[in-house]
Amino acid sequence: MLSYILRRLLGVIPVMVVVGVFVFSLLHLAPGDPAAIIAGDTATQADISRIRTNLGLDRPLLEQFSSWGWATLRGDLGVSMFSGIPVTELMAQRMGPTVSLAFTTMLVAVVIAITLGVLAAWKAGSLLDRAVMALAVTGFSVPVFVVGYIMVYFVALQWRWLPVQGYMPMSEGFWPWLRHLILPSFALGLGYVALIARITRGSMLEVLSEDYIRTAAAKGVATVPMLLRHALKNAAVPIITVIGIGVALLISGVVITESVFNIPGIGRLVVDAISRRDYPIIQGVMVVFAAVYVLINLVIDIAYSFIDPRIRYS
Amino acid sequence: MTQASIPPRGKVADFVRRNPTIIIGGFLLLLITLAAIFAPWIARDPIAFEPINRLKAPSAEFWLGTDSLGRDVYARMVYGARISLLVGLTVAIITVISGSVIGLLAGYFPRVDAVVMRLMDGIMAIPSILLAIALVALMGSSVKVVIIAIAIPEIPRVTRLVRAVVLSVRDLPFVEAARSNGTRVAKLLRRHILPSTVAPLIVQATYICASAILTEAGLSFLGAGTPPEFPTWGNMIASSRLYLQIAPWTIFAPGICLALVVLSVNLLGDGLRDRLDPRISRRM
Repeated sequence: MLSYILRRLLGVIPVMVVVGVFVFSLLHLAPGDPAAIIAGDTATQADISRIRTNLGLDRPLLEQFSSWGWATLRGDLGVSMFSGIPVTELMAQRMGPTVSLAFTTMLVAVVIAITLGVLAAWKAGSLLDRAVMALAVTGFSVPVFVVGYIMVYFVALQWRWLPVQGYMPMSEGFWPWLRHLILPSFALGLGYVALIARITRGSMLEVLSEDYIRTAAAKGVATVPMLLRHALKNAAVPIITVIGIGVALLISGVVITESVFNIPGIGRLVVDAISRRDYPIIQGVMVVFAAVYVLINLVIDIAYSFIDPRIRYS
Repeated sequence: MTQASIPPRGKVADFVRRNPTIIIGGFLLLLITLAAIFAPWIARDPIAFEPINRLKAPSAEFWLGTDSLGRDVYARMVYGARISLLVGLTVAIITVISGSVIGLLAGYFPRVDAVVMRLMDGIMAIPSILLAIALVALMGSSVKVVIIAIAIPEIPRVTRLVRAVVLSVRDLPFVEAARSNGTRVAKLLRRHILPSTVAPLIVQATYICASAILTEAGLSFLGAGTPPEFPTWGNMIASSRLYLQIAPWTIFAPGICLALVVLSVNLLGDGLRDRLDPRISRRM
């Protein structure tokens, strides 16, 4: 078991090296001078040559890659061309809203999706089951910003129940914080609900057809404990896998959701960087989000062995 | 589904009854494709603007109202289908072709496999929308760049799928027999292994098409996609966001249309999956 965890940890290295090589070569494969791209549209010739020397873009590629790689590992993601502030610092400032949004979305989505999935599997073939499956297909198909604007129009503008947009840090109080996150979490969570509910239903259906469930039911185990303790626990592995895979979906969604609801998080940072052509920011966020994705999936892989003792690693 | 209780019907009726999602998805998609192709005949100029007609509510003259510049929302919506379908279809074709070539090689040659799959793991770790944003920021926005930017992160999905199929049929007797007959590797892959991948690939291609349409709209919405002068659904929503309260049709019309197209492609995919390949699990 320990050796499995160790091996899995080591497995992260090649993936992150590939991410690094890939992200690094994007800048160099793009047509045009990397220094000019980083300098942005308003740069003068002097700016460009200064950036070229500062970033060492005149040195051999391999040397550039290793110095960029080491800097990235030390947490130095370069400097924003627009504001001159280090990218790491900018990201740290914007962390709060993004982490809050990701957390509430995941919580809402996992709770709703597993409830719906379990109910749908329990009453397979019923109207409820069909409604859940219809929701699952629709949830995949409606983009975050469309759900977002429909919800803003009705819930915030017509009925005035919740704020239209913006963000309140938790230091302003729990309720103001939560109020601003309800609509974004539901808008962003819909696709995630669809994904998890579908897998939960499938995995539960499989488990519910097992003999031990029939035995439990025959012995008079009440429905709720049977569904949760006997079935859901054994159906958990695929569900947790898909929660991990869905993190990629969530990260991409965060970028769009923050734009819809005007939340000053890391997603907004990237989107604002597009129009300013502030490439170091885009590059930095790309590396950090990739690392987050890899780490979450690593944790999930390791978590399997605790959740499901049937899984053996050789 | 008891066969005996149902009176005999024609083959077509039977197919419709058994595959409702293929029919619904296919029909909607056909309708939207026709609208996109015949756009100039069924809608007026999507770019012409009349400032007098700003933000007009839907009426007999402007079926879906007008936007903040006085442009016909219905016309822009119809023309917007062109970009969406073009991007969806092209991305699906590019990823299926390149992904299957890579997947075939990786599945058949263990040495290639080790390198290629690490590369694919790396690409999959980068959030697709960020990768696309980076490419667009580096190469400028154009339909071509958007297509490439959306296709790259989708390639690993196809590669993994094809590789898995190759690994499962590589040592089956019919492949073994062809190999011992001295069939060259290229022919072996093409004639004996590739056919097994066709069914899951068709299904995967529809899902990729749906996801490409969504990503394109998302990129346009963020201002990192098709240049703003093109009437795309994402651009329409982005340029109307300030008018949500006074002119909701400017956002709802393209939004609902986008959702319908993606839904119909997904339904088609689900139907094809059930029909062609019941074992494949979705989006893995």
